[in-house]
Amino acid sequence: MSISYGDPFDTLLNLQRALEARRTNEWLQDSTTSMGPFPPINVFQRGDDLVAVVELPGVNKSDLEVQVRENTVRISGKKAVGYEQGISVHRRERLSGDFDRTLRLPLQIDPAGVKAEYRDGILALYIPKAESEKPKTIKIK
Amino acid sequence: MAAQQEMQVQNKQEANQREESTIHGRAFLPLTDIYETEEALTLVMEMPGVEKRGIDVSLQDDVLRVQGRIDFSKYEGLRPVYTEYNIGNYSRSFRVSSTIDQAKISAETKDGVLSLVLAKAEKAKARTIEVKSAG
Repeated sequence: MSISYGDPFDTLLNLQRALEARRTNEWLQDSTTSMGPFPPINVFQRGDDLVAVVELPGVNKSDLEVQVRENTVRISGKKAVGYEQGISVHRRERLSGDFDRTLRLPLQIDPAGVKAEYRDGILALYIPKAESEKPKTIKIK
Repeated sequence: MAAQQEMQVQNKQEANQREESTIHGRAFLPLTDIYETEEALTLVMEMPGVEKRGIDVSLQDDVLRVQGRIDFSKYEGLRPVYTEYNIGNYSRSFRVSSTIDQAKISAETKDGVLSLVLAKAEKAKARTIEVKSAG
């Protein structure tokens, strides 16, 4: 099911429902290895390719590293939450620390073609499928 | 050390507002740090995916309301195959004391984090009271 954008009024709701429906999907189960489950990742398909969207608010681009090897993508870095001196803290909900997460995709990807974009606390990884994964139409004689 | 600890995912909490939103769909509470200095009250809110123009801040009747709209048109043509979090607009309100100088609220956003600095009104700043001896 692709998200329908025919009616802008329902767009957000449809998107939220589609995201919720895939939370029980077992597609990547046991294939994300890491120090911890942070950061959370959503994986989408666009045409033949995959798009992984990762929420990393407050992470500086220079503290973020993405490595690709065979069919794994590793996202690591640190999130710092700094306070000035001489303040009194009223509420503290944001967490900080190091993170390291590897996403192992259950298909062959083209490591050289992976593109990463970081904006407004969101990391988007564009992951093209390897040519060998793409279906070929067999001509029937 | 705190910096070495394993980071856990902080699941998004749904915003539960007194008034209903005019946009249907779910809204989430941004994770917020609040601290105070002698001069100001600072709120730091995590709103990943919210651009500068998607932020709305208002202060009325001592209630500070912050809203962040995400641009979900970016998700057009994407078919979810595996998801760990939901997305939505952000919304949160705080009751602040009337000692905030309304004209002096500044906002800045960086890497999906909004920093709001609410300057205190002159009368609200702490004064040192000199104790006179009644000698």
